Amino acid sequence: MRNGKAVAKNGGKRTLKLMIVDDSNIMRRRIERSQRSEQLELVGTAGNGLEALELFKKTDPDVVTMDITMPQMDGIECIARLVAMKPAVRILVVSALADKATAVEAMERGANGFLNKPFTDRQLNEAIAELMR
Amino acid sequence: MLYEQELKTFVEGTTNFFEVAAQQPASIGSPYLMEGSPSVHEYTGVINISGKREGVVYFTAPKAMLTVLLMKMQENDFSHETMKDLVGEVANTISGNARRDFGRDFVISVPSVLSGEKPQIPQKPGVRSFIIPINWRSHSAKLIVSLT
Repeated sequence: MRNGKAVAKNGGKRTLKLMIVDDSNIMRRRIERSQRSEQLELVGTAGNGLEALELFKKTDPDVVTMDITMPQMDGIECIARLVAMKPAVRILVVSALADKATAVEAMERGANGFLNKPFTDRQLNEAIAELMR
Repeated sequence: MLYEQELKTFVEGTTNFFEVAAQQPASIGSPYLMEGSPSVHEYTGVINISGKREGVVYFTAPKAMLTVLLMKMQENDFSHETMKDLVGEVANTISGNARRDFGRDFVISVPSVLSGEKPQIPQKPGVRSFIIPINWRSHSAKLIVSLT
């Protein structure tokens, strides 16, 4: 688990708290770099589902990017647990699993969007903007 | 006997990574067949396949290619762990493509990553491997498909 900052206010508009969950350091940093904005504040990153649950309890994020294939606890299980804790959380699945069955399962567990890896910064920004709408 | 469409799925999974993540497409060299264990580069991402076909598919790349690929992805960390992470992500993309195209006919493992030029890759005896050169900028990697 890495980092954990308090949420800031953005000109009266509430800044949304972002948590990134992915077992790849490269992917975590990639998402982090492209999501530096006034609307989103990174509250932490996690490398698997178990770490994500702990970090979620501590930081109460509003938006989560979630990988699926991870050690210890996969993204599908983690999504269900996060949604049980906070039904209003917005979750974007970011995964290389390109099959329809995985996307459907993630959505059924409570995910709000699905982005296939690999992705461009533009595709990621659009997917997150759509999630926050 | 592998079908052309099956090979195409693995090749597209690989080239798609370069095209999207690095914003620069890779080209394919002339594929060839060989018996025994093909030589590999420093970093190799492996997926095991069972079901309709049995065997392994792996992407193997030299450190120099991965370093440039990381630079193109705006990455600043060029450590051994990051190189392994990157070949794992390429293998992950190949695996995801295969799951999408082949469905439940193929059981595809989570990728594993090996480093060094003499890793132990479990080849099925008597199975010939398709070697597909993946050329990107001035570098060359290999996609190796070794399935019954």
